[in-house]
Amino acid sequence: MSILHTPMWRRRAVDRLATVLVTGAFVLALFPLFSILWTVVSKGAPALSPEFFTYSMRNVVGEGGGIYHALVGTLLVTAAATVISVPIGLLTAIFLVEYGEGRRLARWIRFLVDVMTGIPSIVAGLFAYALFVVFFGEGVRMGFGGAVALSVLMIPVVVRSCEEMLKLVPNELREAAYALGVPKWRTVLKVVLPTSIAGIVTGITLAIARVIGETAPLLVIAGLSDSVNFDLFHDRMATLPVFAYSAVSSPGVPPGPSIDRAWGAALVLLLIVMLLNLVARLVSHLFSPKSER
Amino acid sequence: MTVVEVSRHPVRRLGDRVFAGASTGAAITILATLAGVAIFLTVEGVPGILASPDEVKSGESFLPYVGPLVFGTLLAAAIALVIAVPVSIGVALFISHYAPRRLAAVMGYLIDLLAAVPSVVYGLWGIGFLAGKLVAPYGWLEEHLGFLPFFAGPASATGRTILTVGIVLAVMILPIMTAICREVFLQTPRLHEEAALALGATRWEMARLAVFPHARSGIISGAMLGLGRALGETMAVAMVLSASGVVSWNLISSTNPSTIAANIALSFKEASGLTVNALVASGLVLFVITFVVNVAARLVVDRRKDFSGADA
Amino acid sequence: MKTTKLRMTAPAVAALTLVLGLSACGAANEDPSDGSASGGLSGTLNAGGSSAQESAVAAWKKAFQTTNPETTVNYDPVGSGGGREQFLSGGLDLAGSDAYLDDEELAKAKDRCSGDVVEVPTYVSPIAVVFNLPGVDELNLSPKTIGGIFQGTITTWDDDAIKADNPDATLPSSKITPVHRSDDSGTTKNFTDYLDQASDGAWKGGVVETWPIKGGEGAEGTSGVISAVKGGKGTIGYADESQAGDLGTAAVKVGDSFTKVSPEAASKVLDASTPVAGRAATDIAIEVDRKVTEAGVYPIVLVSYQIACQTYDDQAKAELVKSWLTYVTSTDGQAAAAKDAGSAPLSSAVGEKVAAVVETIKAS
Repeated sequence: MSILHTPMWRRRAVDRLATVLVTGAFVLALFPLFSILWTVVSKGAPALSPEFFTYSMRNVVGEGGGIYHALVGTLLVTAAATVISVPIGLLTAIFLVEYGEGRRLARWIRFLVDVMTGIPSIVAGLFAYALFVVFFGEGVRMGFGGAVALSVLMIPVVVRSCEEMLKLVPNELREAAYALGVPKWRTVLKVVLPTSIAGIVTGITLAIARVIGETAPLLVIAGLSDSVNFDLFHDRMATLPVFAYSAVSSPGVPPGPSIDRAWGAALVLLLIVMLLNLVARLVSHLFSPKSER
Repeated sequence: MTVVEVSRHPVRRLGDRVFAGASTGAAITILATLAGVAIFLTVEGVPGILASPDEVKSGESFLPYVGPLVFGTLLAAAIALVIAVPVSIGVALFISHYAPRRLAAVMGYLIDLLAAVPSVVYGLWGIGFLAGKLVAPYGWLEEHLGFLPFFAGPASATGRTILTVGIVLAVMILPIMTAICREVFLQTPRLHEEAALALGATRWEMARLAVFPHARSGIISGAMLGLGRALGETMAVAMVLSASGVVSWNLISSTNPSTIAANIALSFKEASGLTVNALVASGLVLFVITFVVNVAARLVVDRRKDFSGADA
Repeated sequence: MKTTKLRMTAPAVAALTLVLGLSACGAANEDPSDGSASGGLSGTLNAGGSSAQESAVAAWKKAFQTTNPETTVNYDPVGSGGGREQFLSGGLDLAGSDAYLDDEELAKAKDRCSGDVVEVPTYVSPIAVVFNLPGVDELNLSPKTIGGIFQGTITTWDDDAIKADNPDATLPSSKITPVHRSDDSGTTKNFTDYLDQASDGAWKGGVVETWPIKGGEGAEGTSGVISAVKGGKGTIGYADESQAGDLGTAAVKVGDSFTKVSPEAASKVLDASTPVAGRAATDIAIEVDRKVTEAGVYPIVLVSYQIACQTYDDQAKAELVKSWLTYVTSTDGQAAAAKDAGSAPLSSAVGEKVAAVVETIKAS
């Protein structure tokens, strides 16, 4: 190995340079990240109030009103999308890693999942709309349609991240289980999944975070309403991103209160994901086997 | 040897068949969904491809219409990846192997949060903050590096250029790429790392010898996810870019090529009839681009065999 | 073995409780429907289309749903094209559109309604020519000059054409950056219609929804144009007057004098305009006369319509559409939109014509 022929001072210099570069990358990344976080928090925080969380926008023009209807919509639609995507995504990842080995079907699916990541969000919305029109007729709007559109965007992220995490489970663990006569399905369930649970939970959280802020597909299929709707299968349902987009794009006169509400909605989205992240960390911390790190 | 043979073929039971069936079923569901999307795009898109120039709003036949969009899409995504890949690997490595543990956890958490910022907010941030800050640097680039076609100018007076879009996209895809790289780096077998260090390797050599080979497939996966998002990002690009439908390598002027997804969002609202079909057809083109880019990436990756715990 | 199930279900249960916990109660400002029909009118009106009308619709909804608490009006701001398309396919009861139906769409609409279509102007918005030029607060522009600026033939602020319009102003020699809408919009269509009719050939792009000239600064939506004009120096653009904020707005040459943009001046242009020829009596499509010469009339306006059927199968739906449109086009409705969306109210002459048409909506 060439390293053995490199003089020590050079190796040290390279190491120091690498440290500077790695730290530099981190600092560089922090600038935009903090700038965005700060923008959202500083502009969104003044909008938050008890009324903001408990009022809908029904019969509200100008100041006042809140995001309750959009909050309910976002939670319901995202929960439905998660319920659809996680089983399909996780099982597919298991198929790819545990059952698909060397099979042509697995190669194809791995590839198609990559292609799926490139579906523009608006196309996913149009697809869901076209699909639901077949069953429910023209002009269909329902929260569940939004969940399907989001699932199209979410599944590839779940598969991709779960697959990576499953692959990292050392084969020795599987072989040890097989050697003890444990059937494959139980090996997967008892050994492989628990070992990789932290990564899987992170992956799912990321996937949820990826879709929870989507605007275009939800506007097409879930529509926009200013009243509360709890029924995923009937009528329009407001969601936070669509609410924020519409509040920014047609703010009325004067535009101030509406734009404040948009920033407030963006901050609430952040808070939801923050909460989700916390829960995810807790879950993976509680349930993953003790690791060295 | 026989022990290994046995372990490759574990006991098969009913539970196994059910489990294998369910996971295969899930995989096939994905195939069906994708087939559904592909059929939808083709059925709706083909009339748009075949439409004659005077039937659609652009007044052009399909290829000259979509050409500059393809160029713009690839250019914006390429800029984003060139920026985001090294930075996200650096950030992930910093968090997994360089930073103090406590700080690393907090930082990882903050970066994950950014994945949830709605694209509308990235758009607002791009217009309201980033673009304004970049006007002066673009002027400098025009003055000092204007001999390069990329910086030929005239520099934009508002900073809303394709380079700005590339940077916004890079920031948008950074969280997901960093998160995946970080998780993969953290899974490097401790023994490999300790072995490298015990042999007298510096920290960087340890990363090169133990971490990166182990993480290659994960890094590529993260990059592909980021690329997918960069190619398909709609609202942020639509809001930030000053688009004109030209083909130009000039990264800092206000005359920029648009991207497919942004163009759909910008034109869809007022479209009707065959123009809608043409827009869906451009979505089909984006689908094909993603396909081709993925084939290329697979070829590159497969040349060096993936590391996988599950590979024999 | 049970622990695994627990592992898998615990987060799911937690998430469900969160969702259900929220679901337990409605919003604080929404009355749980008590079933007491007060106005007699009930049901849901599904409308959608023009995003320009969105904030006006919000104002109308507020008043309408307050007087008729049993009703819900939904409006999806999907864009005029989408609104027309979904109305024609029967997906929406009513469409908002920045352009009147063309002949092909009109034929489809007659099929969809099995009868005549009701098309009335509901929202008139003055489009301001906004600029950001340090040191210059007042600017007069003739249509020909505006055409030249947006065509790209007039490139500096001290061009002779601009000087001729503003003999007293001190104009810098800096570059003009014209800002246009990068998305397809009714605003662009009405603006280019004005340039096409009035600029005396200086504008060569025709009447279009998509900006036809490659080059120049493009920005998404009204807010995008406003922030681009604000963010640059020596910029000029066009946007709804209500959103112009503290940006300078140019006075436009009409006849021999210059008219400042205002809702009052904008409403007058409809009186001076003529209906589109060959339309049914229920179809009030207006050809805006951009070349008016009367002083005090502002010709750059966006006229947005609401489109419905004259007859509906369903008695309740017919009632709902009729009372909605009656309110929207009434003096009260127009005043509400003027206050909350900054639109120009319909003049009494146009208002009367519209009211007569809305009156004919009925169940078949």
